[in-house]
Amino acid sequence: MSETLSNPLSPAAGDGPAAPAPLTLSMQGALNRALGEVLEDNPKALIFGEDVGRLGGVFRITDGLQARFGAERVFDTPLAESGILGMSVGLAMAGFHPIPEVQFDGFAYPAVNQIVSQIGRMNYRSRGALPMPVTLRVPSFGGIRAPELHGESLESLFVHVPGLKVVSPADPHQAYHLLRLAGSMPDPVIFMEPKARYWQKGPVDPADAGALEGARIARPGRHLTLIAWGAMVARCLQVAELAAEDGIEVEVLDLRWLSPIDADGLAESVSRTRRAVVVHEAPRSSGLGAEIAALVTERCFNTLKAPVERVTGFDVPYPSGDLEDEYIPNIDRILFGIQRVLEHRRG
Amino acid sequence: MESPTPADPSELEELYRLLAAVRQLDTAAVRWQRQGIIPGYAPLLGQEAAQVGSGYAVDPARDFLFPTYRELGVARAVGVDMVEYMATHKATWHGGLYNPATTHFAPIQAVVGGSVLHAVGWAHGQRLAGPGEDGYNVALSYFGDGASSQGDVHEAMNFAAVMKAPVIFFVQNNGWAISVPTERQVAGGSVAARAAGYGMPSLSVDGNDVTAVLEATRQALAHCRNGGGPILIEARTYRLGPHSTSDDPGRYRSLDEEQAARRSDPLAACEALLRTRFGTPDSFFAGALAAGEAEAEAVRQGLEGLGPRPGSEMFDFVFQEPTPALKAQAAAWRTESEHV
Repeated sequence: MSETLSNPLSPAAGDGPAAPAPLTLSMQGALNRALGEVLEDNPKALIFGEDVGRLGGVFRITDGLQARFGAERVFDTPLAESGILGMSVGLAMAGFHPIPEVQFDGFAYPAVNQIVSQIGRMNYRSRGALPMPVTLRVPSFGGIRAPELHGESLESLFVHVPGLKVVSPADPHQAYHLLRLAGSMPDPVIFMEPKARYWQKGPVDPADAGALEGARIARPGRHLTLIAWGAMVARCLQVAELAAEDGIEVEVLDLRWLSPIDADGLAESVSRTRRAVVVHEAPRSSGLGAEIAALVTERCFNTLKAPVERVTGFDVPYPSGDLEDEYIPNIDRILFGIQRVLEHRRG
Repeated sequence: MESPTPADPSELEELYRLLAAVRQLDTAAVRWQRQGIIPGYAPLLGQEAAQVGSGYAVDPARDFLFPTYRELGVARAVGVDMVEYMATHKATWHGGLYNPATTHFAPIQAVVGGSVLHAVGWAHGQRLAGPGEDGYNVALSYFGDGASSQGDVHEAMNFAAVMKAPVIFFVQNNGWAISVPTERQVAGGSVAARAAGYGMPSLSVDGNDVTAVLEATRQALAHCRNGGGPILIEARTYRLGPHSTSDDPGRYRSLDEEQAARRSDPLAACEALLRTRFGTPDSFFAGALAAGEAEAEAVRQGLEGLGPRPGSEMFDFVFQEPTPALKAQAAAWRTESEHV
């Protein structure tokens, strides 16, 4: 379990003049800054994908990086996701650290063969001789009224694949530091960016990352634990605020790492609060909430006061924009989930 | 392409010795499967010249080869340890036990077309690194007429051509993708004809003529080293054996067809060339075959001595940095397996 970031706006520890001041950045700005620093730190790091070069990406996450680092290190590829990911394997074999972008979550489907059959297995297949330090950035989840296959939640697909690590930041500070970390890891990381949160600003302290492993308590509380990741963390924080008005103290656990899941962190929180609600946008059945419920039950069975509740998307294709507010867990549905857990009585 | 005239017999003799060794290893591997020494094997019988001629041309110290699961001949030609290679067929380790980083022979690839993009990525990395004194290092991607139907192969050729990656797409058109003939994969029958559509050159060779394959590969390497971008070689050959030791070609092709194909045996063709052009004596061929038999016997002994890998290796190579969950599973596996 990592420490809660107590106050990201407070000055960094130490009084050296070199410590950069805390910043206020959008998640887009934080990710952009992190990528620039990864490229600076590692001359073998490469950014490529569809429209990431001259355009700076459709979400502008790579804005200005080609001008700064040149068209050899930040380049546009032909429009083919399997090609982008398959090429990443060969570049990693040649000693590079590829940071490919798949433009939208749903466009990862054509690349699943390369991600699952190749990137996730090459280190294993080669008995560790061919590491795959591939950091795959995927603008993820819904909430922006986008066309079909632009609002998918792919985490269950990827966390079930041995050999992949999966992480999703919830705010600009987490986005900045987690991307810098992922960009330096020797294993493949699927980096799921909550595109609905790209433009919300927040504090970023470049000098003080806080612990980056495992889950993070985004808000402490003692009556129940609300578990979320990506864009749902901000919504759960809103819910916690509302619940507090009724005297319910909700702890919000930002899971961050979806593979590996911080089972100890989950258990630590739920063993205190004795109740858990998982919130995710992905369809309900066999979603990550099921795994979390199992982990919590295995570790906290004797202390749980209620079954782990799931508030999720439905087992339907992600709907058109007009219906996405009906699909994505909203404040009311999360509050209903909390109510069910609080009112549960053992028979 | 026409077969060039070799100036002296030494290179051709070396090629013949390689062909003979590969023939012996390959036919022995089928026997080993029948004897229960290995559970399965994908024979390359008939494709020896395509594999030896191309593998012989490359410099494995600088170039990188990306095989499928039927490239024993290439592996042997570039010096991969044959016991470590055959370990994949002995079910010891999927990718084989050889080190792909040091041999420059990528792990055995079970999915047709799966590694073609890897070759392009590696080749693009050579462009980024820049040419050496003798030009670019080159990737050789091996695949067949069946794999040419895969979307990844299209993406690979398009990427390579757009990025001018120094990669040779080496197609062994062996007539069959398990039970489906080439005409059901490639309209018009030629994979090489597709190259023009990607804006890259191609060479079409008699894949059963080892000198023609060697010459074509050398030309292609020169093209890539000089910054000419990708090139495709289609080696026309024939898979004389089954797709694998589990396959029964009698269900989809005739004995007459197989017997007709046997008339263009690549070993016999090389032998004829040596005899007619250089008067190579019987003793040379007998010696080459005997050396191949001895090598196959040594590999058999190596395979029989190859025990299973420790179960802990299931966990050891999933990540460079194993996760706590995986370590916990490994610990639980150890505890419970020790109590059996």
